Amino acid sequence: MFEGVPLTWFLITGTIMFFVGIYGFLVRKNLITILMSTELILNSVNINFVAFNKILYPDHLEGMFFSLFIIAVAAAEASVAIAIIINIYRRLVNIDVEKMDEMKY
Amino acid sequence: MLDFSYTVWILLIPLLMFVVVGLFGNRFKPLVSGIAGTAGLFVIWILSLVTAYKYFFVLEKAADGSFQKFLAFNMRWLNLTDTLHIDMGVLLDPISVMMLIVITTVSFMVHVYSIGYMDGEKGFMRFFATLSLFSFSMLGLVVATNIFQMYIFWELVGVSSYLLIGFYYTKDSAVSASKKAFIVTRFADLGFLIGILMLSFSTGTFDFLTLTGANSPAFSSGTGIMFLGLSTMTWSMIFIFMGGAGKSAMFPLHIWLPDAMEGPTPVSALIHAATMVVAGVYLVARLFPIYIFAAPVALDVVMYVGAFSSIFAAVIACTQFDIKRVLAYSTMSQIGMMMFALGVSGYGGHEGLGYMASMFHLFTHAFFKSLLFLGAGAIIHAVHSNVMNDMGGLRKYLPITHATFLIACIAIAGVPPLAGFFSKDEILAAGHERSLMLYWVEMIVSGLTAFYMFRLYFSVFWGKDTHYHHTPHEGSKWMTIPLMLLSIGAMFAGFIPFSHLVTTDRLPFQAHLDMAIAIPAVLVGLIGIAVAMVFYRKESNIPDKIYNALGGFSTAAFHKFYIDEVYLFITKKVIFNYVSRPIAWFDRHIVDGSMNGISYVTNEASERIKKFQSGQLQQYALVFVSGVVLLTLLFTYLLTN
Repeated sequence: MFEGVPLTWFLITGTIMFFVGIYGFLVRKNLITILMSTELILNSVNINFVAFNKILYPDHLEGMFFSLFIIAVAAAEASVAIAIIINIYRRLVNIDVEKMDEMKY
Repeated sequence: MLDFSYTVWILLIPLLMFVVVGLFGNRFKPLVSGIAGTAGLFVIWILSLVTAYKYFFVLEKAADGSFQKFLAFNMRWLNLTDTLHIDMGVLLDPISVMMLIVITTVSFMVHVYSIGYMDGEKGFMRFFATLSLFSFSMLGLVVATNIFQMYIFWELVGVSSYLLIGFYYTKDSAVSASKKAFIVTRFADLGFLIGILMLSFSTGTFDFLTLTGANSPAFSSGTGIMFLGLSTMTWSMIFIFMGGAGKSAMFPLHIWLPDAMEGPTPVSALIHAATMVVAGVYLVARLFPIYIFAAPVALDVVMYVGAFSSIFAAVIACTQFDIKRVLAYSTMSQIGMMMFALGVSGYGGHEGLGYMASMFHLFTHAFFKSLLFLGAGAIIHAVHSNVMNDMGGLRKYLPITHATFLIACIAIAGVPPLAGFFSKDEILAAGHERSLMLYWVEMIVSGLTAFYMFRLYFSVFWGKDTHYHHTPHEGSKWMTIPLMLLSIGAMFAGFIPFSHLVTTDRLPFQAHLDMAIAIPAVLVGLIGIAVAMVFYRKESNIPDKIYNALGGFSTAAFHKFYIDEVYLFITKKVIFNYVSRPIAWFDRHIVDGSMNGISYVTNEASERIKKFQSGQLQQYALVFVSGVVLLTLLFTYLLTN
């Protein structure tokens, strides 16, 4: 399906996704979007894993499995994070990350 | 060979009584805990008597005919190295068996007496618990198989002595007396510990059997010159003697003993007359082979300190008015004589006469001195005062105390055929062989002893007819029976042939009564008694005249030669001002200052940077990401170049 696509392209895609995720994580104020940004970061890593595996070591499967693990863990993480966010919303009627600054000096 | 391993029970029973009476004594009537403690002592008294009989008369002798010296029980306790280890056990030899008799007898008598004397006191059960603790510690001290075990029990007797002196802990004077006793003896024990370390460092062992055996490493190692022209062994023996001098109240570490009389009188009788205070004598006797063969200079120190302490204390005793203090100084004086006798002694056969005499005097002294103290307790019990001036004519009211006290006084004055005569005569004979000057010093001491004892006796039992608020009366049977039993000891202990039982090389020898020494000694004693009789039998002003005629000397003696003041001056004026205060200043300003400075700097710094912890998640993440990016760039730069 991706025959002939050079590795660099995958890496560039992954890097762009990664920094988009970082940017979103740093600037968005809504907790849900922050969560989505982390998903982007994780998935950029997945792309790297799969691409390296497929192109450099076609007869190995470790990269694939690692991606699967990350997807599974990300799913679990997302459910926990959303549960936390819901609780925060119930308590504060707000999910703005800047309002949550009780744990300071 | 007979089995002596049961002797460990002599130690364990008082320990058990201490635990039982100490923990559960509150649940019973006071009398029950008293009886329980006394019953425990009775059992070990019997055990000790049996042990002594078996040891001296049944056990076969060693090949050369001497009494055996062996471990009846031994348990390895702490392994320091393969060769150096601390054991706990029971060492039997003539002196330890003799001490078992002394301690258990006096302790048993004191226990019985205390049931009467302490009747109705608050803390009755605490008293008996501590007495048991003391008995345990003292017995452990005398049967110690190695010098470290001895040191441990040595400290334990110190603690029990502290607890018992401070028994009336609501009284300020008792509290400060107990502190004083503890601190002074602790200071001396520092010397003891240094001595032990030096000794075991040079010889590589703690064990008494090795240390005092025929091929002791102490005779060969540590003989090189170390400091001030004396060998390591000499210094270690001098330091060990310092510990002994502290416990035995030798000059100049004697200051705690008179104050220790703040404790209940039975305690004074047991601890501060008969047993604990002779621990120093026992220590020197235990290490005697090392003293005589490896450290004769240290033995000379023992001799001079003993002789000086004996005359020093005898002079003070003549001027005191508190009856217990008179007895305390008398104790110090008698122990000085024992130390002196050890100091003049040689080794082997008749040469070791001084050693034998010292142990003999220790033995007889235990009887008549504890009898004197218990008698003094009976007097105090009857009159409710310690001071001689409040007493007089008591012989009508206290017939039994009077009779027993008189026996003890005659015994200590050295009038034949009572106990003190024999042992004191041997001491004088041993002194005569060594040094004529010190022999005369001891002769004067024995005259003074007779004088101050009969001064006490006549002022208390004869003298003026004092009017008492309540008619004085004898204590209960608990108190009078021990007095009578001990007076039997004071009368007949002198007939024990000590030279056949307790000698330096454990071989019997024939000690004979030298008339050239016995007659002057008895005469001096009788003169002392006669003088006291003239002065004090009826009220007279001769003592005051003599006191005034001697002027400064008698004032100084009355104030105990200002030794306490010297100590106070040294501690309060010199040490506090010139050592403690600078150290305190250093501690407050330099040590504390640097610590406070560090905490101040930390505090200020964290005050400044705490704003960084803003609680803003994204701020943290930004810093983190920037850091990672910077590090990545840095490493990329470094690795590509």
